[in-house]
Order: sequence, then structure tokens, then C-alpha cells
Amino acid sequence: MAAMCSHVRSSSFRVKCCRRQVGMAQSSAFGRRCARAFVSGFFVAVPVTVTVLDRLAYIARVEGASMQPSLNPEGQTTSDVVLLSRWSVRDYQVQRGDIVSLLSPKNPQQKIIKRVIGLEGDLVKTRGYKNRYVKVPDGHFWIEGDHHGHSLDSNSFGPVSLGLVHGRASHIIWPPHRWQRITPSIPGGCALLLHRDRLPPSDQDD
Amino acid sequence: MLRRAVGKSLAFAGFTIQYGCIAHCTLEYIGELVVCSGPSMEPTIINHDLVFSERLSRHFYTIKKGDIVIVKSPFDPRMNICKRVIGLEGDKVCTSSPSDTFKTHTYVPKGHVWLEGDNLRNSTDSRAYGPVPYALIRGRVCLKLWPPPSFGRLSKSPTGRIIPRD
Repeated sequence: MAAMCSHVRSSSFRVKCCRRQVGMAQSSAFGRRCARAFVSGFFVAVPVTVTVLDRLAYIARVEGASMQPSLNPEGQTTSDVVLLSRWSVRDYQVQRGDIVSLLSPKNPQQKIIKRVIGLEGDLVKTRGYKNRYVKVPDGHFWIEGDHHGHSLDSNSFGPVSLGLVHGRASHIIWPPHRWQRITPSIPGGCALLLHRDRLPPSDQDD
Repeated sequence: MLRRAVGKSLAFAGFTIQYGCIAHCTLEYIGELVVCSGPSMEPTIINHDLVFSERLSRHFYTIKKGDIVIVKSPFDPRMNICKRVIGLEGDKVCTSSPSDTFKTHTYVPKGHVWLEGDNLRNSTDSRAYGPVPYALIRGRVCLKLWPPPSFGRLSKSPTGRIIPRD
């Protein structure tokens, strides 16, 4: 009887051991499957997110007062958050009056957001630039902030190359009471003196 | 039957999107292959050479004087130009050609670089259009891949126009 009991006890002990081993094997297989799912998900999610932010659109907070009153009219209290479309500038097609974000010619690590005033060939009247009137060269454009005097724009550094354009601000998405679609509009006191279509044709030069 | 076809086309679309995004990330953040045309970088890079241009230096801002870079053209953003960096912001660069009697110098403004081709006689570069914003740089050419006899790293500037900072 005692022998049978011990036999039963030892076999139940072996069964318990077996079950624990099977349990551990299952949890390590589960852990491995989790890790594999995470890694494969990571390799899908990260490239797709990066591509969407690079090619389609991204979101950015506007800092500073250079575009008041169109953007950041409240100043220090709340900053506007805008949706910037990368897809619409993929071929460097910008219109006069668009609000665009571009890499700063003075600091390549910084992006600035300004309004397009003139395109290549236009004649613009400057405020505080070394020349009073500027004809925008090929492949360049003229940007200005809406808040004149508080804006670092083409009036400081001249016409900007189109290759620096980063995105076009299409919507203001925060704060909620300022939800709106941004439409191209040239503010009053316009610096655009002569549209290039109205300029007399110039001689062909190299 | 229809369900299987839809499933297969969805799987194919997913496959394409995933690998398209990986390709975009590689070309944008790691490096790309570039075929150079034109005589402005001879003898370092000849017409129709294939080079590898890496993007990491541009994203981490580690481009140095003497590097050969691929830059978006300031006058046509859809075109790229391949030149050598002669000066970074704050550097002194020589704006006169070697044959001039009086040498003129200028300082590269903040946020810009001065580019010159190795073939000074046949190159339209910063001597003609002035300094170029740093943000227009696309990548740094680090390796020549084709033609096979000239495979390998690229040589340093043969023109001697780089003025060392003291």
C-alpha cells in the first residue's frame, strides 16, 4: 500500500513536472511569436509612417508672430497647428498667395512658414531690401510674412530658391475654434508690383 | 473564386506598398545611385560615370570642405548638379579666377556653401551664381561605381582653391 502510494505520488510529481515543462515551452514559444510579430510589425509600420510624412502630409505647430493675423493671432497663449501638404508641392508648383513651409536659407535645420508673394519673372517692391525693386530670378520665388516688420523673409535674404519649398499649409487643425481651410490670398499693401505676364518680353539671354 | 482573387490582389497591393515605403526610406535616408553627366567635374568624375551618393551626411549636417555633393539646382529644382564644396558658412573663398591679376575674396554667408567644379574652365558654379543654401544639398558622393577601372573613393580637389581656416 505504501509502495503503491509512493508510486502514485511519484507519477503525479512527474505529471506535474511535465505539465510545467510544457507550460514553459508554450510560454517561450508564445514569447518568440510575440517578438517576431513585433519586429515584422515594426518593419512595416516605420517605413510606411516615414513615407507618409515625407510624401503626403505632416502636422506642425506654428511658432512666432511673423504670419499674424493669418496664423497665431493670439500670440503667446495658443499656437496654431497646421496641416502641411507635401503632395501638392511634389513638383514645386506653388501659387501666389499660398502659405508654404520651407527650409530656411539662413539655417538649414529650421523650417519657416511664410506666404508666397511673387514667382519667377515677377517684379516685386521690397521693404528694407538692398534694392527697391527686384525681378525674381528663374527657379526662385519671393516670400513675405503677413506681419511686416516682425518677419524674417525675402526682404532680409532676397529671393529664395524653389528647391527649398517643403510643404503647403492647407488647413489649420488646432485650436478647434480656428478649424479652417487655408485659401491662397494676397494681403493688402501687396508687394507684387507686376505679374510676369504683364511685363514686356525681355531679350533672350543665356 | 472572386474572394480569392480579391484576397490575392489585396495581398499584392500590401506587398507593393510595404516595399515601396522601404525603398523610399532607403533612397531618402541612406543613399542613392547617381549618373553624372557633363564635363564640370573632370578629371574626378567624367561624363556618364555612376556614383553612389550617401544621404546621412546631409541629414546629420556633417558635410565638410572638399566633399563632392549632389545639389538641387538653384535655378531649376528638378535638376541636380554635382560640384565640390569649396567653402562652408563663414569661410573665405576666392571669387577671382587664377588668371586674374587682382585677387578678390568673399566670405560665405550663414546657411550657405560655395560650390565649384573641378574643371574650372568648363564649370558654371558659385563663381557665376553665388553661394548656394546648404538645405539644397541632397547628398555626398562617396564612391564611384562605374566604369570599373576607376572604382573606389574619389580624389581630393585638384584645383587648390580651398582656403584652410586658420
